[in-house]
Order: sequence, then C-alpha cells, then structure tokens
Amino acid sequence: MKIVVCVKQVPNTADVRIDQTTGTMIREGVESIINPDDLGGLEAALRIKDQHKAEVIALSMGPLQADGALRECLAMGADRAILVSDRAFAGADTWATSYVLAKAIEKIDPDLIIAGRQAIDGDTAQVGPQIAEHLHLPSVAYVNQIKYDKQHFIVKRMFEDGYQKVKVKTPCLITVLKEINQPRYMRVQRIYNAFREGLVEVWDNSNLKIEQENLGLKGSPTRVKKSYTKGVKTAGKVFDVNPKEAVQIIVDKLKESYIL
Amino acid sequence: MKNYKGVLVYIEQRNQVIHNVGIELLGEGKKLAEKLGVPLMACVIGYQMDDVVHKIQAYGPDLIYKVDDLFLKTYVNEPYTKALSTVINKVKPEIVLIGATSLGRDLAPRVSSRLHTGLTADCTQLDIDDDRQLLMTRPAFGGNLMATIICPNHRPQMSSVRPGVMIKPEKNNNSHSTVIEVNVLLDEKDMNVEVLEEVKEEHAKINIEEANVLISAGRGIGSKENMKYIETLANLLTGEVSGTRAVVENGWLDKERQVGQTGKTVRPDLYFACGISGAIQHVSGMEDSNLVIAINKNPSAAIFEVSDIGIVGDGSKVIPALIKELENIRK
Amino acid sequence: MELGFDKEHILLRQMLKEFTENEVKDLASEIDEEERFPLETVKKMQEAGIMGIPFPEKYGGEGGDYIGYVSAVEELSKACATTGVVLSAHTSLCAGPIYEYGTEEQKEKYLIPLAKGHKLGAFALTEPNAGTDASKQETIAIEDGDDYIINGSKIFITNAGYADTYVVMAMTDPSLGTRGITAFILEKDMTGFTIGKKEKKMGIRGSATCELIFDDVRVPKANILGKVGYGFKIAMKTLDAGRIGIAAQACGIAEGALEETVAYVKERKQFNRPIAKFQNTQFVLADLATKIDAARMLMYRAAYNKDHKLSFTKEAAMAKLYASEVAVEVTNKAIQLHGGYGYSREYPVERMMRDAKITEIYEGTSEVQKMVISSYLLK
Repeated sequence: MKIVVCVKQVPNTADVRIDQTTGTMIREGVESIINPDDLGGLEAALRIKDQHKAEVIALSMGPLQADGALRECLAMGADRAILVSDRAFAGADTWATSYVLAKAIEKIDPDLIIAGRQAIDGDTAQVGPQIAEHLHLPSVAYVNQIKYDKQHFIVKRMFEDGYQKVKVKTPCLITVLKEINQPRYMRVQRIYNAFREGLVEVWDNSNLKIEQENLGLKGSPTRVKKSYTKGVKTAGKVFDVNPKEAVQIIVDKLKESYIL
Repeated sequence: MKNYKGVLVYIEQRNQVIHNVGIELLGEGKKLAEKLGVPLMACVIGYQMDDVVHKIQAYGPDLIYKVDDLFLKTYVNEPYTKALSTVINKVKPEIVLIGATSLGRDLAPRVSSRLHTGLTADCTQLDIDDDRQLLMTRPAFGGNLMATIICPNHRPQMSSVRPGVMIKPEKNNNSHSTVIEVNVLLDEKDMNVEVLEEVKEEHAKINIEEANVLISAGRGIGSKENMKYIETLANLLTGEVSGTRAVVENGWLDKERQVGQTGKTVRPDLYFACGISGAIQHVSGMEDSNLVIAINKNPSAAIFEVSDIGIVGDGSKVIPALIKELENIRK
Repeated sequence: MELGFDKEHILLRQMLKEFTENEVKDLASEIDEEERFPLETVKKMQEAGIMGIPFPEKYGGEGGDYIGYVSAVEELSKACATTGVVLSAHTSLCAGPIYEYGTEEQKEKYLIPLAKGHKLGAFALTEPNAGTDASKQETIAIEDGDDYIINGSKIFITNAGYADTYVVMAMTDPSLGTRGITAFILEKDMTGFTIGKKEKKMGIRGSATCELIFDDVRVPKANILGKVGYGFKIAMKTLDAGRIGIAAQACGIAEGALEETVAYVKERKQFNRPIAKFQNTQFVLADLATKIDAARMLMYRAAYNKDHKLSFTKEAAMAKLYASEVAVEVTNKAIQLHGGYGYSREYPVERMMRDAKITEIYEGTSEVQKMVISSYLLK
C-alpha cells in the first residue's frame, strides 16, 4: 500500500501577536511548525504502516524552507519526502494549490491520501476535498478514526452532534482532525539521519508540467482585496450599572463583534 | 458571467432536521439579493424533503430547488456534490452561500472545485461592492488577521459562512416560494462511501482550546447550582463552559475545562468571565482572548484590567437577565 | 547559543522540548511529592530513542553523539531534574563504561539492551566509608574458580532497584590500594544481590537512591569490565564523562528556574506594575542569564571535546563545578523574585532549588572538581 500524507509548514499562529502600538501582526520570531491536523494525518499513516505493509510518502507544497517540515516527517517515520516547490506556484488560492498537489499525487499513484482537515494559518479546510475532486476520488472529511479492512477503510466521520461510521473504497482521500491520535515523537536515530543529502525530493513544474493558466495567482479564482488586523485593543471599560443596562451593554458588544 | 444571476443558499439538513445556519443564510442572502435586485433561492438536497421545503418557505426564498432521491438519504460527499453542482449549473446563481459546518466545509470545496470557481471559507461578513461583486470577509491567522476576498472572474462566487454569525430572519407564515424539483442522475457509481452507522452524541468530547466562545466561571458564581446558568449561556452563544482552578477544585467543573497556569491556555473569540477575580495564574491562560467580557462584584477585581467590557455587578442577577434577552433575540 | 550545533542537534532539541513539555513537566511535582520513580516516563523515553543517544546503531544505540545526549539531560532537567539524572546515570555511568571498556560479548549481552532502553543501568562506587576518598573500598571480590564472590555494600546508588544492570566497583586486592579495585557488571537477579534502604532526600526525590547489599554474590569472570585492577581508572574516567551529564542537569535546572521566573515577573504586579519593570528584577535576571550561558558554554565544550576525542577531564570538571554553582544561585534568586509564592510548593522554583543542591555534591563534590582542575594547573 502506498500512502501520501499532505503536510503544510505553517507559522505557529498561537505565537502570533498584534503589536499594541502599530496594530500590525508580529510575525518575527514566530516558529514554523507542521500543521497540527497534518501531523495527525502523518501519525495515522504511520499507524497503518505499523500494522500493514505500507510506504508512507510525505508531500508538501511550499517554498524551499518547507523542507524542514518534511525532515521532521522523515524523523517520525515517513519513508519518502517530496517537496513541490516552484516560483510559479506562488500566490495560489485553495483551488490552485489543490490542483498542483493533485498533479503531484497523480504521479505517485497512491492507494490512500491523507490530509489534515485544515491548516491553522488559513483555516479553510478546502484543499483536501478539492484535491479529491481534481483526482475524481471518493473523499471523507473530518475523520477521527481510521481502520484498514481489505481494500477498504472504515472511518469515523465527525459532525457537530455525532458521527457517521463509513466504509470507503481505495483509492480515496481522507481528511483528519488532530484529535485522531497523539503523534509519536521523532525518533532520535531518524533525527540523526534526516539531514542526509538528497533525502527530500524537490519537484518543480518541469516535473509536473501544469499549464500556466492554472498556476499560482493566475490560476486562482479568488483574490485578497484587502487584509487588516483588528487593530490595537482599546482600553476596556468598566460599567457599574443595573442588570438591565448591563445586559444591553453586553448584547451591543456581542453584536458589534459579530458573535451575535 | 453575465448569465449568472441570483443568490442561492444551500439548506443543510440531516435526517430532515434543518441546521440553523441555513435559515441564518436565508436572512443574509435576502439582504444581498435585495442590494443586487435579484431573486433569493434555496437549494434543498436529501430524501423525502417536502417537509424541509415547507418549513423554509417561511424564511422568504423566492425559489426553492429541491433534489429528492433515495441515494441522498444520508450525507455522503460525492452524491451531494453531484446534486448541488447540477443545481448550480442549471440555475446559474451569481452567489452561493453554504454554512461553514462540518458538512458544509466538506461539500462546498468539492463543488467549487468541480465548477472551477472560487470559494471563501468561514466568512463572518458579506457585502456587495459598487461593481456588484461579493465582498467576503473572514478571519485568518488564528483570528489575528481579517481578510476581504473577492472572486472577480469566476461564477458563482461561493462563500461558506460561520454558523451563528448571521441573524436568523423573522418567520413569515404567509410567505410563499416556487418549488422546482431538479432531477439528478444518481447511481451506484456515485456511492463509493457506504454509511454503516450514524450516531448522535449529546456530549461530544470537548476541547476548550478549540472553542470560539468560552463562558467561564470563577468562585464568585457562588454555588454549583449556579453552573446551570453558565451552561445555558454557553448553549445560547454556541460556546463551551470553562472555569478557574477554584471552581474545578470545588468539584463544580471537570479538570479538562480548567483555564490557567495549571489548566489550559485558550484564545477564543469571546471569553466571558463570570465571578472570576483575575488572579495571574488564571489570566495567563486567557489574556490573548479576542474579546473579554467580565462580570464581578468587586469594582477593583484584576479581571477588569484584561477585559474589554467590565460589568460591576452580581452575576446571579446579570446572567439570568442576559439569558432571557438572548433567548428573545434567538426567537 | 548555536555554537557547535548541527541541524540534527537543533531538531533533536525540538523533539526533546516537545517530549519534556508533554511527558515530563506535569509529572515533576507529583513524583517529587510522592517520592516516586517515573517508570512510565522511562518507557516513553525508550520509545523515542532517548535512552541510547550516544551509542552506535550496531550496539542498539541511536548513532548520535555526546552533544545530543547532554542536550537530552539538559532539556529534561529544565522541567524535572529527577528525570534528567535517571537518564544521566543510565547513559554515562553504566552504558558508557560498558561501551568504552566492555568486550564484544559484554556489549552484545549488556550494552545492546541498555542502549535500546529495554534495560536500565546504574553505577556503584560510593560506600559508607568511601565517598570523596573512593580508594577506601570495602566491598571485596574474592576469586573462586571461574567466578568472583562479592561481599559488601554500596550507598547512594542512583536508579537502584529499577536498574537491571549495575557497574560495581570492588576490591580484588586490598594490598594494591586503588590498583586493587576491579569493575564488575552485575545483574539485578544475581543470587545474594539485594537492594537496601531507600534514602529520603532533600531534592531529586523521584529518583531512586538506595543501598546495594552483596552477600556472597557469585559473578563470572566474564563479567569483569576492563581488566582486574583497572576498576579505579575506569571509575574515574566514567565520572569524567558523567560530570558533563551532571553539568547538563545543572544547566537545565537553572534554565528552567529562569524561564519560570521570567514568566512570573511579567505577570506579577506590585506598586501597580509588573515587577519586571523594576531595575532590580532586570539586573538580577541579566546576571542569571549570563551565568547560565557561560555554564552552558563550558558544558557543551566538554561534550564537544569528548565527541572529538579531545581531552575533557579538566573541561568536564570546570563545567560541573561552575554549572552546579550557577544552578544553586539561580534557583535561590528565582525564589527571591517569586517572593512568598516562590517558597510555596505551588510554584516549581521551590522544588528546583532543592533539586539544584545535589549537583554540587554527586559525581564528585565541587571540592573534588577543584582538585581535578588544579591538578592540571600545578602539574
């Protein structure tokens, strides 16, 4: 069995702060990590490998620095690591990103593709299902349990109020939640071997040969019109009022903040 | 692109139960449709959908497109993608709105991919600009950044919208919609995923670190009995209950819901602190929350220093009043 | 401080930080309070490969180096000095000498399971009447056919009771003084070998520190480590390497205490502002951070020398002498900056201060380190 795990290197958004004087986002010193849902995906693949024979291939799209994330995947137990990287891919939205990843996966021809549900920097949850659509494969999203059973996977697909247990044929794509498992630690021995030359294969568009109109910004249906931080947090106000007025103040604030 | 007209809202239902977000989107969709001067349409996909179709008429769609098929009895991505894509291709709406639920966030991307159009996830704000384009605003980077996204050259403009963000419209029992049944050719080839079991869980496992809204209790709420107000408030705001170490040690709350130095660090969109004094051990676990509202009897409580809105008062009076008001709004 | 670190060291440290944060930190106060050996953590360390970092893959190790190993002791000790010393005693005091001096058969039989972490190791030199003056060994080994018969006792033995394999020093010829000492490899199940009373300690209370009792323990000659009469030399060389581990433990404790204190002074407010805004706080923290970095430099230099087959006896002694003093000073000042809370067990700095003190004592007291260092100066 061949399993491709899609992995994204992301800034640890938990470390991102807003500069309280300028209102801009402070990205400096924010570490890069493997997206948590993807790490769950890698662990899920490694557990399948532990029990059945499988080759686990970590696949990432990103700038050349993203090779650090792939070396971590190798240190955890992935057999191969492929970085899809080309300047022409820059600026891709989820449609164009999923298209490139789908083309790379086509070349690998796996039995199973696992992606994290969503990445913590974008939070879209779109790339996984979109890859499946480009590849015309069945997909199941929001999975927090995977069992392999003779050419099928039995998976638990989570909803807000419960779950479905479903059986899906291979080849297929599954997106997983980080709660699916507790990822293993990188193994010391594998860490010492993870930096050998040529261990991470780099594919650019000369390998994938994707038509220009579907690449990067050009291939992206959506555009960012503007982006802004919520700005500097203004000093809080304390109200000493009766309950009725208090309720009004709270409700107004909740409305203003789009919580209501 | 000129051929695309109207706003289409996908009405999420499972087992004939309509998800609130579909209704909320009919309200928001109506606003957008009126701005554009185009019809508001709803799309219902499932099996034995007459009741669902009937119920949503009261929320004002001009047209309801219905795909009713035994293959659509339970949600499975591929047949639903086929059904919704078929409706969109037939109707050609300029805007498609889908709830950003566990189901919608699975369905919408596949549909957008099939239609080769743009999709913006988890929007919290929608508007129309002077060029009749849909402006889709969404949080990114863990809520640190807001981005407004457009989809200039592809149609429809698709957006998934967070549940609970848009306001549910008034129900109008006199409202009437034209119902159009759409036939979609479905067969075994579309059924690569077989649902073996469907289970409802009242108390799905919670993780307060993931919650967008936390209603948090401190010793100041007074008694274990008062926790029920906290729970009700959490339900009304689609949030989770959390608390301080003191509340956990008193046995009023599970340890997994504890916020602070010896508990969890949280950064929700809303942290609602009830009867929490604001000891540093607690504050260090919640100070990065987006919006902090605190209620405390003590006007010099430290929690007010990290709050956006502080209410000096008795939680046992303010919270029930707030619950009542929120229930009125929700109706 | 990236001096001398390769990419794999940086990635290893990242893993160790995650491991410490997830598996070690929350348990630290509990095992201290209950004086309980963290057996479950040792199992997890084994799974991640932490128990055999500096040994070659062919001996069951991870193919890493000493810098990697001391990084592990340092990172673990930031949260829990007990866990740090369990690893240190196992790696540098037991697996270490078997790797350095063992025969192929001994490595096959003892080093492989130790390096794989399937077995835990300990080292026994100290006796009631032989502390700093280790030459006064009263444990006697008498030749008997193909075996030696060992009688006597050892005290303050780290990992005792939980270890499977022990490197034990015993006198084979009292007339030769230190040259009459021989090192043996003992197994926990050998007849006549028992664990005596467990010490009640001030710090590192989760680590098992016990007496070993030998009552006619029959040990095959095949279990002699090195040669007869080489035991003292082996013990001293082993402690040279072990001291780098203790220096790493001391650095870890100090760094952990500093991290706790930095977080605390930013949160704690007095006179309407965080105490971090006071110059006294700032200057104390600056001094502590500088001393910690200096200690780390000394410690990593010693590890680097060992990895590169350079002399490291003096370097290890300097590292241990300085790092242990820094650990004691930093934890003491950390409590001072925490004020009353620091004295309370609710904050980890209280435990860290108790843990720090031992680093000035075991594997050679500070006075012993000074003897070693000065002997190089006055040669």
